[in-house]
Amino acid sequence: MALSAELYYLIPEIILLSGACLVLVLDAVLGKEQWSFTYTLTQLLLLATAGAILFVDPGQAVTVLGGNFILDPLGVLLKVSICLVALPVFFYGHDYNLEHGLHKGEYYILGLFAILGMLVMASAGTLLTVYLGLELLSLSLYAMVAMNRDSRMASEAAMKYFVLGALASGMLLYGISMLYGATGTLQLAGLANAIAGQTDNTLILTFGLIFVIVGIAFKLGAVPFHMWVPDVYEGAPTSVTLFISSVPKIAAFAMAMRVLVDGMQPLAGDWQGMLIILSVLSMIAGNVIAIAQTNIKRMFAYSTISHVGFLLLGIIAARPAGYAAAMFYVLVYSLMSMGGFAMVILLGRKGKEADLLEDFKGLSERSPWFAFVMLILMFSMAGVPPFLGFWAKWFVIMEVIRAGFPMLAGIAVFFSVIGAYYYIRIIKLMYFDKPLEMKAIKSSRQMRTVLSLNALSLLILGLWPPLLMALCLKAIGL
Amino acid sequence: MFEFIRQQLWTPLINFMVPEAYQGYALLTLDALTKVIVVLVCVLTAFAYTTYAERRIIGLIQLRLGPNRVGFFGFHTFGLAQPLADGVKAIFKEIIIPTGANKTLFIIAPVLSLGPALAAWAVIPFSEGMVLADINAGLLYVIALTSLAVYGIIIAGWASNSKYAFLGAMRSAAQIVAYEIAMGFALVGVLVASGSLNLGDIVRAQSGSVLNWFWLPLLPLFLVYYISGVAETNRAPFDVVEGETEIVAGYQVEYSGMHFAIFFMAEYANMILVSTLTAIMFWGGWLSPFQGVPVLGEPHILWLLAKAAFFLYLFLWIRATFPRYRYDQIMRLGWKVFIPITIVWIVVVAGLVVSHIPPWFN
Amino acid sequence: MIEQTLFYIAAAVLVFAASAVITVRNPVVAALTLVLCFFCNAAIWLLLEAEFLAIVLVLVYVGAVMVLFLFVVMMLDINIAELRKGFSGFLPIGVTVALIMVISMVLVLASGYFAGPEYVPLKHAAEYSNTRELGLLLYSEYLYPFEIAGAILLVAIVAAIALTHRRAKNNKSPAPGTQVAVKREDRIRLVKMKTEQQS
Repeated sequence: MALSAELYYLIPEIILLSGACLVLVLDAVLGKEQWSFTYTLTQLLLLATAGAILFVDPGQAVTVLGGNFILDPLGVLLKVSICLVALPVFFYGHDYNLEHGLHKGEYYILGLFAILGMLVMASAGTLLTVYLGLELLSLSLYAMVAMNRDSRMASEAAMKYFVLGALASGMLLYGISMLYGATGTLQLAGLANAIAGQTDNTLILTFGLIFVIVGIAFKLGAVPFHMWVPDVYEGAPTSVTLFISSVPKIAAFAMAMRVLVDGMQPLAGDWQGMLIILSVLSMIAGNVIAIAQTNIKRMFAYSTISHVGFLLLGIIAARPAGYAAAMFYVLVYSLMSMGGFAMVILLGRKGKEADLLEDFKGLSERSPWFAFVMLILMFSMAGVPPFLGFWAKWFVIMEVIRAGFPMLAGIAVFFSVIGAYYYIRIIKLMYFDKPLEMKAIKSSRQMRTVLSLNALSLLILGLWPPLLMALCLKAIGL
Repeated sequence: MFEFIRQQLWTPLINFMVPEAYQGYALLTLDALTKVIVVLVCVLTAFAYTTYAERRIIGLIQLRLGPNRVGFFGFHTFGLAQPLADGVKAIFKEIIIPTGANKTLFIIAPVLSLGPALAAWAVIPFSEGMVLADINAGLLYVIALTSLAVYGIIIAGWASNSKYAFLGAMRSAAQIVAYEIAMGFALVGVLVASGSLNLGDIVRAQSGSVLNWFWLPLLPLFLVYYISGVAETNRAPFDVVEGETEIVAGYQVEYSGMHFAIFFMAEYANMILVSTLTAIMFWGGWLSPFQGVPVLGEPHILWLLAKAAFFLYLFLWIRATFPRYRYDQIMRLGWKVFIPITIVWIVVVAGLVVSHIPPWFN
Repeated sequence: MIEQTLFYIAAAVLVFAASAVITVRNPVVAALTLVLCFFCNAAIWLLLEAEFLAIVLVLVYVGAVMVLFLFVVMMLDINIAELRKGFSGFLPIGVTVALIMVISMVLVLASGYFAGPEYVPLKHAAEYSNTRELGLLLYSEYLYPFEIAGAILLVAIVAAIALTHRRAKNNKSPAPGTQVAVKREDRIRLVKMKTEQQS
């Protein structure tokens, strides 16, 4: 294929990269007064990218640029959802930044580059591209966490994130080098072939696999590689936490799919075992420790860890239906997490963050509607039917049972019940406690609308789950 | 001459001392050694007389005499023996190591600054085929070695355990990194224009009349390169690293005797190197400006030397003319002016090359 | 033969320097030994006929990165005693973890997988240019990763500036542009006056 024909499939990435550079220049030239302009341009750019992805969608798997770039239905769905999820995330983030004096174009610019990194990961065809996309994403995130330079918490969080992230990248690279040394190829497809052909000595492959899994687990935030999650979630400005907790999770899932499924499906027996350990530990630690938290951002952090445990269940099943369930889970999770942090943003005011659990006391008296919105979000996260969160858990657990791990399913059910405790505690705080203050909640009409839509989507999609599931199944190819 | 030395000196020596199996290697090594020594002697002589020339020329510019007394056997001979006298003086001075200094590093530092300055000469082609090591990545090698010169300065500044020296080292580190990039980018332009990293090929790519030399299509890069060269060698007006009026002599303040002289040597060797490289990369190296004229039109090493001498003279002229830059101005010039210029011009040159614009890129 | 000798010399110095980086007490000396590491590494790459990589390693890491590194390290006043405070407390855990890792890695690496046929680096013809080959690969097969790497570097610049750039509040330095644009008429007014008459 000629280069121009190959580049056709890269149009979304090209649009995003050149657009991000344009935003960068305009932001620098136009100065601080125009920064809402940066925000608008960012949103338009994301829409354009999502449109371009759908426009170039070949409907089947296409591999171009020397195997470095793969565009298949899985990639298309993940990339579109990354762009679409980022839209409301930037919207909430914009609101927060305006309120808390983080008037910075860098938030959007770094965010755009992070999204570019995620797109690269989602359609990576070689281990090299996986790694580079990951670095592009991580580097942007480190800087975003540290964006509020006057906050010691944020600096500390960024430092921890950076050091641990660098270590994880090192592990991942070491694993990749082992795999390359053992198979002589960086191409994921070639890797799968080489592994399938190599039956006599898989020790070195397993050795490499361990390091790769460590890298992926770190990015997902699975126990025991979760130590950065609570500190980063708490220390970072809420607009950044919101971003980190939602969009990159989709990319981390994409990375797991590309590396483990596309590249190392023949080693499934090996990575299943490792993922089971990660998954069980994550569900235990996430759900139990979350109970002890008083800071809602930290609580959400541990809740993320437990959700990652569930997400891994789908991959552990090691069959297409399981992957579809995991994909469903990650999409639902990003919707819920986004809404949860948006509530924190909504309650916060200039100079004060509403990041303590007690800030939610008596919310039903201050604003019955938003108490209800939070109720939907919490029920959905806890996995109460008929909300979308329930179906997400339902599908992965069913898949685990079908794949022959009933014990694992039992553990998952047990810990999701324990987890329900701390979600429902918030609902109790909102409806049965006296508010600390009676100030009305001040927010723009757009913010109210978007947040309400976000929560209602969990309810509406939850009433008819096959809608979203059908998309996931189609992307996996079922 | 090399043949003669090989026949008369090395061959008997090797036959006498080295076992049969290794004689080939030994001869190769000793041959290279001869050439290295010849080049080094030339460079160091040039160094010695550049110091003399500097004092005379700046003297003339400032309407004074400069050194004109020291001569041979009672004759003044315009003070031509001055460098020798200076050398002898430096050798006999005591080397003082300050209290609290890091002794090892303090002693190594001058060597580290002179080493790269001399090693870079290995790839300089003086004339067609007249080069110590004709390697493919010659240009890169030169950039890499010139970027190492800063270590001597930084280490000297730090190891001296002196505030002034340390300030000089810090200034030097920041300045060199700033101009290093502009310099590297300027050379990328040369690389694009000539399509080779081999310095000999770069000269050959310029063959033709004066207008074919790269100074014309690469004019901004040539200016940036030369000015960055002045800045990299810490010469006036970029000599804040020494800055006699502010930090007495910067990194050299604690050095005395031969140590100090070695720093001096490194600085001048670098000056000569930058002048020669400018001549090679932008002004046609050993090619003659009078293309087509009999005798005068022949390429010859003398052309290279003449061009290098001119640029060396320019160093002195600039020093005598311009006042010292303020530190923030130096940084601004490096980062905000030179780097953008070079980046833009690389794109322009690439465009010229791709569209085969005559007379340079047909 | 000569190449092997050179390799072993470079490798030995490399190992020595690398262990010195983490064992010497003085951070400046540690940084300098790291420089030595890079040199030995470059030498080994040269033996593999990868001259472009070797020289670029020296150019970028030794010439620029380590200079900035030294720049920072020299300005630090590191108190070694302070650093070592928690050392003995964490030592048992650290040693245990390290030992487990080392043992398991040795078990895997010594399993004979790497002990296959001896790998002898390829020898190329005299006109082989490592730079050229690398360039061809970078702009064809690895075009996409190469471009992403460019984006990563751009992000690094943006991030560094976003995190560190502060406009100094009481910076009184004048803008060079306005300084240059000053004309004589702005500063000096030449006034013609009649000479005063002596009375």
